[in-house]
Amino acid sequence: MNNLLEIKNLYLEAFYEEQWQPIVHNISLDLKRGEVLGLIGESGAGKSTIGLAAMGYARQGCRIASGSINLDGKELFGASQEDLRVVRGSKISYVAQSAAASFNPAHRVIKQYSEAPVHHGLMNHAEAEKEAVEIYRRLFLPNPEKIGYRYPHELSGGQLQRAMVAMAMSCHPEIIVFDEPTTALDVTTQIEVLAAVKEITEKMNKAALYITHDLAVVAQVAHRIMVLRNGRLVEINETRELIKNPKEKYTRELLNVRSLRENKTIHEKMDVILDIKDVAATYTGYDNVVEDIDLTVRKGRTVALVGESGSGKSTVAKIITGLLPAINGSIKFLGKELPRKLKDRKKDDLRKMQMIYQMPDTALNPRQTVRQVIGRPLEFYFGIRGKKAEDRIRELLVDIELDPDHYIGRLTTELSGGEKQRICIARALAAEPELIICDEVTSALDQLVAEGILDLLQDLQNKTDMAYLFITHDLATVKAIADKIVIMLQGKIVEQGEKKEILSPPHHEYTDKLLASVPEMDPDWLDNLLEKRASTFI
Amino acid sequence: MLKLLRQSPLSARIGMGIVMLNILVALFAPLIAPYGETSVVGDVWESSSAKFYIGTDHLGRDLLTRMIYGGRNTIALAFITTAISFLLGSFLGFVSAVKGAWTDQLLSRAVDIIMAFPTLIFALMILSVLGSSIPTLIFTIAILDSTRVYRLSRAVAMDIEVMEFVEAARLRGEGLWWLIRHEILPNALPPLVAEFGLRFCFVFLFIASLSFLGLGLQPPLADWGGMVRENSGAITFGIFIPLIPAGAIAFLTVGVNLIVDWFLHLSSGLHE
Amino acid sequence: MKNVLMLIFKRCGASLITIFIISLIIFIGVEMLPGDVAETVLGQGATPETVEQFRKALKLDLPPHIRYGAWLNDFVHGDFGNSLANGRPVAGLIGWRLGNTLFLALSTAMIAIPLALILGMIAAFYRNTFFDKLISTTTLSFISFPEFFIAYILISLLSVKFNIFPSLAVIDPEMGLGSRIYAIVLPSLTLTFVVTAHMMRQTRAAIINVLASAYIEMAEIKGIRRLRIIALHAFPNSLSPVINVIAVNMAYLIVGVVIVEVVFVYPGLGQLLVDSVAKRDLPVVQASGLVFSVVYIFLNLAADILSMLSNPRLRQSQI
Repeated sequence: MNNLLEIKNLYLEAFYEEQWQPIVHNISLDLKRGEVLGLIGESGAGKSTIGLAAMGYARQGCRIASGSINLDGKELFGASQEDLRVVRGSKISYVAQSAAASFNPAHRVIKQYSEAPVHHGLMNHAEAEKEAVEIYRRLFLPNPEKIGYRYPHELSGGQLQRAMVAMAMSCHPEIIVFDEPTTALDVTTQIEVLAAVKEITEKMNKAALYITHDLAVVAQVAHRIMVLRNGRLVEINETRELIKNPKEKYTRELLNVRSLRENKTIHEKMDVILDIKDVAATYTGYDNVVEDIDLTVRKGRTVALVGESGSGKSTVAKIITGLLPAINGSIKFLGKELPRKLKDRKKDDLRKMQMIYQMPDTALNPRQTVRQVIGRPLEFYFGIRGKKAEDRIRELLVDIELDPDHYIGRLTTELSGGEKQRICIARALAAEPELIICDEVTSALDQLVAEGILDLLQDLQNKTDMAYLFITHDLATVKAIADKIVIMLQGKIVEQGEKKEILSPPHHEYTDKLLASVPEMDPDWLDNLLEKRASTFI
Repeated sequence: MLKLLRQSPLSARIGMGIVMLNILVALFAPLIAPYGETSVVGDVWESSSAKFYIGTDHLGRDLLTRMIYGGRNTIALAFITTAISFLLGSFLGFVSAVKGAWTDQLLSRAVDIIMAFPTLIFALMILSVLGSSIPTLIFTIAILDSTRVYRLSRAVAMDIEVMEFVEAARLRGEGLWWLIRHEILPNALPPLVAEFGLRFCFVFLFIASLSFLGLGLQPPLADWGGMVRENSGAITFGIFIPLIPAGAIAFLTVGVNLIVDWFLHLSSGLHE
Repeated sequence: MKNVLMLIFKRCGASLITIFIISLIIFIGVEMLPGDVAETVLGQGATPETVEQFRKALKLDLPPHIRYGAWLNDFVHGDFGNSLANGRPVAGLIGWRLGNTLFLALSTAMIAIPLALILGMIAAFYRNTFFDKLISTTTLSFISFPEFFIAYILISLLSVKFNIFPSLAVIDPEMGLGSRIYAIVLPSLTLTFVVTAHMMRQTRAAIINVLASAYIEMAEIKGIRRLRIIALHAFPNSLSPVINVIAVNMAYLIVGVVIVEVVFVYPGLGQLLVDSVAKRDLPVVQASGLVFSVVYIFLNLAADILSMLSNPRLRQSQI
């Protein structure tokens, strides 16, 4: 047999509601030397649990119930702790999603690199550190001779993630398990880590399990892809074959996530609803977080405010809502100048500008029912109570495509993420706003659920002519629903214009980098991009 | 709620039993007690007999009667003090968290200063100046203890305050009172209920300690801490009377702690 | 390193300000005595001469801010005024007793801290086992017991019943170290029970918190042996929270010391304070209260600085 890893009929269980309940059902997979297998699925698919099980490891509250995990001829299911310990790190290693949490803050990065090989008796410290520098160099870390001697909190997120990929290589393992290694990163940083993964799997010929929720990402690195849902296998196939001819409906849905929507017909010039000129703001009193912000939003249109973390896009939302008062410039809403501070604004102005948030879990009070959540703005702004309120709440629930009888009396904690986000939309709709600010409203949701939310927002806009200010880091979302795009970098707007203008060349340099970094479903995308970059920069 | 009680572990049930017993005795003290609270009915330190079930104290008063009234006084005092401390501390804590800015600065720095004193030392100094009367005792301890309630409720409220549903209510234009009453309070309740139990234990032990030092409830009123002090001389004669009120204090505190422990376990379990 | 020094510097400054404010509060507290201080304290039957003498002793004839300045100045120079009860200098009363109190507190701390840390660590590593549950229940009981309950149980057993240790902790300045230690065994044991119980529970919680970190899981996945994970991964990160736990529990030690001194009639600062409060001997109360507070603030300061120094996130590689 030339399979490095063979998992057969694996069942995993988790302990909740006072008993062991199955979370992964009958999964079998195999991995050859030098092969990369992608595991893809939405949250709850069990992909991380399977990845850890490949090392014979189960998190607190989970256990491997039955099946066989054969790693290079050695059975891991039921093996002793000591046998497992010897295998872990040396034969098979792991790259976690959050490098910041997975590096021990007390030790220098390179000491954590050399710990495993020295501990497993493979080499001494000096040898290990020499190799570390070499691998840091191959993974494009800046200043590879010295960077390892820093503490984890002194490295950036992308650097730390690459240092962890390097650490996984320290014992020359046969297999590496990558568990969502780029999910927490910005798109431009994601490329660096993906390039590092590619370097290891292709040039150093390591086998890997690559776990992610993003089909476009896994398509770049995996030879085969396994689609999982609710702990069960959906389908498994060669990467190109899976993308070209998906057999299952679920796979097709995942593939269609990024397809563009039809552009709605651009109406004649509509009224300007929000007009911001020359706005700046500061948290500290002397350092401006954002500066020179000019933007306009027209009735019935969607403006996307795009930027990576730290670009100041959410700060702009805070300035508009008055939570963070601007220090200069003007904010005109519906033709009138708005006071800068929230508490100086009129109730009716507050009503006309509503907000939807990133995390539906924290955007709804867990102690309230759907009725209370949607009923409060009705009572607060319009004085509607009792039977009339009940009727209106039901209407709103129908608008957001939820069955009123089933949902109206339920606590918000009983709802799924997508349902919660819909309730948030209903709460905003109840105020009958002119403008809704959507702050990363889809980024905490599974892709298919997010798709549904975007469709709903689009339908509602077509019906009511509300304007949206869409704050996001996700260019795929932007491409899908924006009419106008504003791109921010380090607190300033670098470029803005109609979608067509922005998306077609010539771009601003940063826009170009941003657009180029969004993974495409094409398995050759990353190779082409790296090739192009190498030829232009070197 | 009933279902929850039925699932409660043995330790919590024991705790509830202890607390119920104490509450009943405290409520119905005049009906249960065989003699008057301060009446001298026998000799000094008589041993237990059919007349005096657990003997008499250093003045010849019935010890069981003193125990019953002592429990009533000590528990009532501790409960009132904890209630005041809690209302004060949690209200200020919530206001601090919601208002922020200088309100928060002012209150938090004041609390820092009070907490820089060891509590007992602070209380002793106040009592030395104002003298020990029941209202002084209640307010001194309530204010000192409310600093801890303030810290906790402010921290809890801060955690809730950063959640978007509070921001959504703010953006809607809701006022301070509504934010506290409808958004913060319902979510802060579970940790605060557990804290109430812990604070009660602390206040109860604190009052008992002050009484033991002779600076709490003044005689002839009965109270458990004071009874330990009054009868402490007995122990060198091999009469273990002081252990009875001291044990009663320990008994009730253990009971409350058992319930709190279960509650903390329950609320932490729900988060995971 | 620079920013750590800056933090420490700030923390020291804050402590100084706190001490200043506390001295002010203590001073004003005495000022707040309703009515004429002298008559209130001395009672109705006092003669005009004694009242006058009392006013002089408290410098009541001067305006408040000058009196405060003078009082603070005297205090810094070790002159705490004279006792109202017996007219002796307060400094003399406090000096020896403060030494006794520190002797009792430190000897307790030397047993309680290592004991609590070891028990806490064992309970954390073997959590949810029988040992953990046993120790949790035991400590839950001990934190529920008033100090004097433990004290009287120990007296009943070890002193009255078996007559091993004295029930009164009598010491005098001429005693040797051995007999001193023998005298404070029971008070020290009482305090050890209380402090250990509190500290052990918090140590357990702090360590469980560290053990739940992602980097501990990472170390396990790297195939590192358990002992090494504990020593090299868990321990350095636990230091800072554990030092905080120790600092917090100093409060129990200080409160406990006062009560235990009264139970065992031990000539310490706590007993002096309680006696003086009963007698309303204000200069002694002021002075001993301030001394207690200053000691407490310094203990907290020391703990905070140690905690900062041991926090790995404040380290810098200087590269």
